[in-house]
Amino acid sequence: MRRLSAVLASAVLLTATMGAHAADVTGAGATFPYPIYAKWAEAYKAKTGVGMNYQSIGSGGGIAQIKAKTVDFGASDMPLKQEDLQTAGLMQFPAIVGGVVPVMNLDGVQPGALKLTGPILADIYQGKIRKWNDKAIAELNAGVKLPDQAIAVVHRSDGSGTTFIWTDYLSKVSPEWKSKVGSATAVSWPEGVGGKGNEGVAAYVQRIKGAIGYVEFAYAKRNNMTYASVKNRDGTFVKPEMSAFQAAAANADWKNAPGFYEILTDQPGKTAWPITGASFILMHVKQDKPQNAAEVLKFFAWAFANGGKLAEELDYVPLPENVTKLIETAWKTQIKDASGKAAWS
Amino acid sequence: MEDADQGRERQGGLELIIGARSPRRWQDALFRRTTQLFAALVLALLLSIIVALAIAAAPALQAFGLGFFVTDAWNPVTKQFGALAPLYGTAVTSVIALLIGVPVSFGIALFLTEMCPVALKRPLGTAVELLAAIPSIIYGMWGLFVFAPFFADHVQPVLQRFLGELWLVGPLFQGAANGLGILTAGIILAVMVIPFIASVMRDVFEVVPPVLKESAYGIGCTTWEVVRNIVLPYTRIGVIGGIMLGLGRALGETMAVTFVIGNAYRIRASLFEPGNSIASALANEFNEAADPVHRGALMSLGLVLFVLTVIVLAASRFLIARLSLGEGRQT
Repeated sequence: MRRLSAVLASAVLLTATMGAHAADVTGAGATFPYPIYAKWAEAYKAKTGVGMNYQSIGSGGGIAQIKAKTVDFGASDMPLKQEDLQTAGLMQFPAIVGGVVPVMNLDGVQPGALKLTGPILADIYQGKIRKWNDKAIAELNAGVKLPDQAIAVVHRSDGSGTTFIWTDYLSKVSPEWKSKVGSATAVSWPEGVGGKGNEGVAAYVQRIKGAIGYVEFAYAKRNNMTYASVKNRDGTFVKPEMSAFQAAAANADWKNAPGFYEILTDQPGKTAWPITGASFILMHVKQDKPQNAAEVLKFFAWAFANGGKLAEELDYVPLPENVTKLIETAWKTQIKDASGKAAWS
Repeated sequence: MEDADQGRERQGGLELIIGARSPRRWQDALFRRTTQLFAALVLALLLSIIVALAIAAAPALQAFGLGFFVTDAWNPVTKQFGALAPLYGTAVTSVIALLIGVPVSFGIALFLTEMCPVALKRPLGTAVELLAAIPSIIYGMWGLFVFAPFFADHVQPVLQRFLGELWLVGPLFQGAANGLGILTAGIILAVMVIPFIASVMRDVFEVVPPVLKESAYGIGCTTWEVVRNIVLPYTRIGVIGGIMLGLGRALGETMAVTFVIGNAYRIRASLFEPGNSIASALANEFNEAADPVHRGALMSLGLVLFVLTVIVLAASRFLIARLSLGEGRQT
């Protein structure tokens, strides 16, 4: 009899914990923001007891999963266009910002000392500039000793949001790149070798003398890689820094971007880093499970208000306050339950 | 024999009388059905994978037709896809792997079966089999961080100096010597297939009846003559089976190749240039392929690889099985 009651008790306990799990929210998608979403989820769970289960299966997978409604939210590094959002019944908002940094392997060149422009980067990645002491680079860098060395181009071999930000930037600054290569999470590279993931690109660049590659800011910083200063839209050469990424996010014209379709590359502002990008969250406009939607939005509201420090620790850039205000307004007006009541207030 | 048959008949009669009431009979039938079900499950799984791959591949195959297999454009932006570059990379890396792996495996197997001191036989044999147990990602990391730098600094310059200017083979060894590319991938693959080929070769060499070999030695043959005229003819089919097994592994290897092949959709004469293989293309792009045509193109690549590997492995099994049938018979 005693054994029976023990079994019963544990069964009750089990259903109770399972019940608690049911309140957890689930998301899937982009790999780029995974570390910070996971960190936020951990801190949020410790505070509120509500868990957030995020699977970093890639942006493509995230979009497919949210369309199939198997998750409460999807995540993508590449924003969806307004018409795509409408046909799928989705809304999107940016959640976190990151920077992409050109890195190289050049003996005797200090980090940030080498100055490059967007058109030069596009020419290098098209194989039109093949040597480090090319006239175009030398003209910009009077004080830097440039070797007579072949440039080895390194790019991502896997589809990734980092590649999207990089190629989007090159498309904006070079009409030739735009027409010949274009921008996407994976493109047909005219030049170079491909490394898998940020770590793959970082490893290749550190291996090959004269190599140039592009990685997320965190990788460049942690591996102490030599990065370049890049000329932004206002004509100043900026170094990749937290404040420069934030400036790009703050200066973007979010108000007039329907569906928050805004790519943060080549943004105006004296201090803005030109190769910046946001990662996006996708949610259904009409919610079958409004309580889950409310939990998701509560989570991101908490992250916007309290997650900045955690983000900076991981070298991500929290969204500026003017942007998060806009996002919260969009939640109120766009996400509804079946009866048309706002899921979040 | 006859007794047993009669016994079975008698049991059949008993079954009629006792019928399903016998719990043991019932258990037996259930057990048989269950195991049958499990066996059928394997077949069903295989079939459903092929069907699922074919369905998912359809958008790309419809869009590009058979031209998919002969064009080398791979452009996710304009949605133009052709399988030629990864097919080429897979074929060339596998050929390099076999060119290096087969002679080395042959040497290992010969030494182990013909010349090795008995005390060394077991440890060496086990070491070869242990090589096969190393996960492929380890080979990939070793390839990228240890082998590629060594190759770039010490092997590629030498190859370039001595072979780079030669007629016909020269173009194979030109271009930037950065340690990545088709040749590096082929060599890593060779290291990975050697344990498979070597252990199959050793096993088939061991089934050669000693009396044949000893007679040959008795009439004054050298070891090489024995191998050439006795061992190899006797085990030919098994040896080919072992090579096919290695080929099967080389074709489908993913992680190790992805790390060192350079991952570029290009077909170049030089083996130092980066290329791509089917498996590494899949590993690289599947995550972020949202567009149905892009996904379909990757699925078509997967389908090709699947069919190729099944054919190669089936052929190897068939050949090895034929050898064990003929075991003990004279050729």
